[in-house]
Amino acid sequence: MGKIKSLEDLMKIKESTLKDLKMRDTDKRGKIIVAMGTCGIAAGAKETLKAIVDILSEKGIEDIAVVQSGCFGLCDVEPTIEVRIGENEPVIYGHVTPNQAKRIIDQHILEGKVVSDLVVKRGEL
Amino acid sequence: MPAVENTIVICAGGACISAGEISVKESLENTLKEYALEEVVQVVETGCMGACDLGPIMVIYPEGIFYQKLNSENVKKIVEEHLLKGRVVKEFLYTGPTGEVKEKPQEELPFFKKQIKIATRNLGVVDPLSIEEYIARDGYFALTKVIKDMSPDKVIEELKKSGLRGRGGAGFPTGLKWEFAKKAEGDVKYVICNADEGDPGAFMDRAILEGDPHTVVEAMTIAAYTVGANKGFIYVRAEYPLAIERFSRALETAREYGFLGENILGTDFSFDIEIRIGAGAFVCGEETALINSIEGQRGIPRVKPPYPAQKGLWGKPTLINNVETYANIPPIILHGGDWFAQFGVEGSRGTKVFALAGKVNNTGLVEVPMGITLRELINEIGGGVPNGKKLKAVQTGGPSGGCVPEKYIDTPITYDTLKELGTIIGSGGMIVMDEDDCMVDVAKFFLEFTVEESCGQCTPCRDGTKRMLEILERITEGEGTEEDLEKLKELGEHIMKTSLCGLGQTAPQPVLSTMRYFWDEYEAHVKEKRCPAKKCKELTRIVIDREKCVGCTACARVCPVNAITGSVRQPHEIDPELCTRCGSCLEVCRFGAISKVSP
Ligand SMILES: Cc1cc2nc3c(=O)[nH]c(=O)nc-3n(C[C@H](O)[C@H](O)[C@H](O)COP(=O)(O)O)c2cc1C
Ligand code: SF4
Ligand code: SF4
Ligand code: FES
Ligand code: FES
Repeated sequence: MGKIKSLEDLMKIKESTLKDLKMRDTDKRGKIIVAMGTCGIAAGAKETLKAIVDILSEKGIEDIAVVQSGCFGLCDVEPTIEVRIGENEPVIYGHVTPNQAKRIIDQHILEGKVVSDLVVKRGEL
Repeated sequence: MPAVENTIVICAGGACISAGEISVKESLENTLKEYALEEVVQVVETGCMGACDLGPIMVIYPEGIFYQKLNSENVKKIVEEHLLKGRVVKEFLYTGPTGEVKEKPQEELPFFKKQIKIATRNLGVVDPLSIEEYIARDGYFALTKVIKDMSPDKVIEELKKSGLRGRGGAGFPTGLKWEFAKKAEGDVKYVICNADEGDPGAFMDRAILEGDPHTVVEAMTIAAYTVGANKGFIYVRAEYPLAIERFSRALETAREYGFLGENILGTDFSFDIEIRIGAGAFVCGEETALINSIEGQRGIPRVKPPYPAQKGLWGKPTLINNVETYANIPPIILHGGDWFAQFGVEGSRGTKVFALAGKVNNTGLVEVPMGITLRELINEIGGGVPNGKKLKAVQTGGPSGGCVPEKYIDTPITYDTLKELGTIIGSGGMIVMDEDDCMVDVAKFFLEFTVEESCGQCTPCRDGTKRMLEILERITEGEGTEEDLEKLKELGEHIMKTSLCGLGQTAPQPVLSTMRYFWDEYEAHVKEKRCPAKKCKELTRIVIDREKCVGCTACARVCPVNAITGSVRQPHEIDPELCTRCGSCLEVCRFGAISKVSP
């Protein structure tokens, strides 16, 4: 990546990243975002992340991207993940242990049904 | 055999466990086995569902039917009726807070309502390791705008318009501080970010550095351009390894993209940032102690004035701001000072991040517009006090702050209103207390912290706080006198007047503020040797009510020191000499026969 020198350079990155993110979303059906802040990790976010990756590959699900982010502040319900599928309203789940991750993948990712007992928020943050 | 596969989610939160979740789960599993359903019905334990006073609680999927107040009996009935015959068992259905029968649980926490995210806008949204994602959320557009189109004076003007005040504790107007640093004479100047975050309970700075490190890089660079600095430092506590790692990655990528280093954005402005790791002393968060520490000297405060803006790091003009303060800068530049000032109220503009902790249902970080009331924050966003207990007070501002009693809970949160009540916003720690909290004990907790953290430079702070702590210890042990109360006040006021730095100047605050609002509680400890909250161990006893005790022996079995005697089906008794008031027996007695008393 060359150095940025102008607003136009910056705009180009913004647009191409937005397009990339979209592309990733269209070429991938959706994505799972795992919050990896200190309290998330302390609550087991690393295990959850690993479980998600394992379960997806076990089940041969290739159209879901798995990415990380910082935390959004609700430490009580860590580990948290966000599930985004296509244009659907994103859903944030809390207390996602590896077992619960399996439920989310089975129900939400595969069947498109929100796992309502784990929901902490629907819609954009 | 039922046609559909069911999942039963059973709450294994703390409250439900103590309400008997384990025996409910056992009974559930046994019943499922009995009817050979264990293969087709999956039982999953989950964390608190937020309806603790109705626990134990479970939800049966796929229908999402919510049952409350379970025990091993009714759970059997639910299996037989609901799972085998497909009939909802009305009598055990969830009745919401209003009492009407609801089949489905509430889906979403009210935690996110009323929050407005500016400083934490990207937390949980961007990948902290991806500069592109930061750019996609308008990252580095503010820096570009500043460098290409704004004079330093224009930046300062916008900041002044925004009304932003420092979020690190003192609340000094940020625009003014930048102006001082810009006007200060000097060929070399420095910019510092204070990420020492010492207040127990506060962690907004850590969350920002971990979740959105580029916002701090961008803001510091804007600051450097504005005041005319070419070198910056961020001082992070050693306990934050993940923040340090992500921030240093952010520095590297920002350099690659030309947002940092030589010839930023192709101009002749150059600036770079170095990370300094703090040793973890609370006083090192004080700006002059922090500067000493970066210089490699002992981290103790200097006399002010001169202020860092005039004579800071290595005697040069230095701008020092807090992490959260910086995180507000890029949005202010992009949207303008007036945009920011629309949030909040006169004198306290914009939003503030608070770390909710203590006796509140939803703990965590929240960002709210200033001027909302403590009640809104605690009840609506925090979800209120758990277990049906009564709110007693809220402690704000950490060890430099004080308590706001319940009767002032409708006060809007602003710098001025909290000051009038004898406390501060501080860095945003907020500890909620209920009827079980003893205010003398709370004051003692914070004083223990400051005694431990005093750098020892000034006699009043070093020795005075120790004397105060000794008095508080006497009071909580039932040895306090009325003279002690007088002494406590006097000492406190003296320490505040004669200490050199903010630590000593505010250390007595938690004591003085609890004395102001909970004088009767102090008096009860001293005059009646009684702890009204039944918290202070020396002043409480654990007793068994002979009428209620059925002699189940549960308590005697858990007592770690064998203080409980009695035979089966006979009332039990506690030997007060042996009892250590650990409280274990209280939790296991299912007949409510054991209680705490304070004379
Ligand atoms: C004992 C003591 C500890 C402090 N600790 C911190 C801290 O951990 N983080 C912080 O940002 N400010 C802390 N401060 C406040 C700083 O001295 C200073 O006011 C602040 O960094 C200025 O930044 P701001 O104007 O952006 O708030 C502390 C002050 C005192 C007296
Ligand atoms: S007030 Fe306390 S912490 Fe501050 S300089 Fe004096 S002794 Fe040190
Ligand atoms: S409070 Fe603890 S030590 Fe005292 S009787 Fe109960 S279990 Fe024993
Ligand atoms: S680190 Fe995730 S909510 Fe705190
Ligand atoms: S612990 Fe079960 S609902 Fe809270």
